[in-house]
Amino acid sequence: MRMKTFKGRVIAAGYYKGEAVVSHQGVNTLATFQKSALKNAKEVIVSDQNNPDIYEKNITGKALCLPITIGSTTGGLVIQTVCSMGINPACFLFSEHIDSLAASGIVLARIWENSKVIAIDQLGKEFLDTIKTGDIIEVKEDGIVAIL
Amino acid sequence: MYEPKMKLSVEQRAILDGKEGAIKAKIMETIVMFGDIFEAPRLVKVAHDEGHLVTSFGIGLLKPLFATMDKLNEAGIKTKGAFTVDPRPLDYENVKCNLLEKLVFSKVLYSQQKRYEAQLMKVGLRDKNAFTCASYLDEVGNIPKHGDILSWAESSAVVYANSVLGARCNRNSGMLDLFGSIIGYVPEFGFITDEGRKASWKVIIKTTAIPEAQILGSAIGMKVMEDVPYIIGLDKFLGTKIDEAAQGYLKDFGAATASNGAVGLYHIDNLTPEAKKFGRELIRKDAREYVIDDAELERVYRSYPVMWKKKDKKGNLVFIGCPHLTLKQINDWTDRIAKGLKETGRKKVLVRTIALTAPDVLDKFRDTPKYQELIATGVKVSSICPLMYTNNPLTKMRRIITSSNKLRTYSIARYYKDAEILDYIVGKAGK
Repeated sequence: MRMKTFKGRVIAAGYYKGEAVVSHQGVNTLATFQKSALKNAKEVIVSDQNNPDIYEKNITGKALCLPITIGSTTGGLVIQTVCSMGINPACFLFSEHIDSLAASGIVLARIWENSKVIAIDQLGKEFLDTIKTGDIIEVKEDGIVAIL
Repeated sequence: MYEPKMKLSVEQRAILDGKEGAIKAKIMETIVMFGDIFEAPRLVKVAHDEGHLVTSFGIGLLKPLFATMDKLNEAGIKTKGAFTVDPRPLDYENVKCNLLEKLVFSKVLYSQQKRYEAQLMKVGLRDKNAFTCASYLDEVGNIPKHGDILSWAESSAVVYANSVLGARCNRNSGMLDLFGSIIGYVPEFGFITDEGRKASWKVIIKTTAIPEAQILGSAIGMKVMEDVPYIIGLDKFLGTKIDEAAQGYLKDFGAATASNGAVGLYHIDNLTPEAKKFGRELIRKDAREYVIDDAELERVYRSYPVMWKKKDKKGNLVFIGCPHLTLKQINDWTDRIAKGLKETGRKKVLVRTIALTAPDVLDKFRDTPKYQELIATGVKVSSICPLMYTNNPLTKMRRIITSSNKLRTYSIARYYKDAEILDYIVGKAGK
């Protein structure tokens, strides 16, 4: 099969090659990260029971593919926190325009925690329809995402 | 250093360049980079200096929050105006916990509460009574004027300020709310702009009676998500003036739209200020339509999952007042509970019931005879956030009932209509 590529807008640039974890519904940030962060865990095992796509999956160091984030307005702080703990997904790949809570989290993490977290948005609906959990992907500095 | 895409004034650029210190430069960089993501052309001045912050809880996991607050305190940085903040998480006197729950709350979950409250005070918290999600109530007094630009967070407060007061505020994250209140500027995009306040949904109410505010808000939130709805037909029930009754209704309705979806602004035909001024011109030409009748409300109500482990058991803890009750609402609950108990021949409520309201509202309520009347029924009154209570995994053993759709969404509490909760606590029906 030929490699499929998508081009998004770079919010926070970086290079990544590794595994994708896909949520087709909005990711509730607090519900997703809370349990692992509270336990001071070494990795994030998703604790949001309302999201069957990613529930109980390990997303640390992976590429989290999602439409947007949803939920509590503490969401930005939670992303900043998991980035400061070094247990964050390596990339956030949004199919839609990034939401204000996730954008806050990415900015807070980059500026206040010197995090290397990568974020690309507007990858399009086809991106989420195509990519599957477990796919190996390559993310480039210019916002190109390739499913290998 | 970050090179902004937006145009900055000389003063703003100077702050970014570090003329007011390294910490303020980082704060400005955060706000500018955030605004650039949304292609904001510039920063605009915050007109209502009294901020409202969402993060009121010293939850141990938010280590970067406490570290940043330390940096702000060390640099002597304060907000432009005194701010309010969401409710405290704990009140052992009125919301009793067992020893194990207390241990988890005090030593694990909210271990940083004292430290964080001291940090908030140093950076500009208004006073010890400033802890409420309904800061816009008359008794609390953090009330923006029509058209004021805000740097607030707390989704239920933002949607109320935008929709009912006509203020302008985006759905900010924790920390960004504080940074905007320090710098005094926010990026110009979204609900700050005229274009961002136009409705992309026309919602038509065709119910035979006034819809339950929390179910109507839930239905609309789940349908429109982050879009702006223009609601037609609700003025038939609420009237054309925002009186005390409408304030309470719109508070609860808005909180449900914001938590069951991500609504930050709604317009109600003939009632809310921009709908009164501009009417249906606010509806975009390509707006979609959603008709709500009795059957649709019932469908939404029946769709809520029951998350209790023992689904057939009865509830054993009731929370009323998320968001915090208005003075009229707590007075009305007092009258309804007293009347219901009289009808069932009982003196006390059958199940542990907590009514929640802002500290300033509670102070005023305490000065009235109704306070003693409510306490005599066995109901406790507190000012905590019930969501923060349910953060404790041990509280999942309790079967919580609520008429708050926000609390239902973020916890395993079970939703019942106000009238059903009343019947249950006074002994008219079993839930």
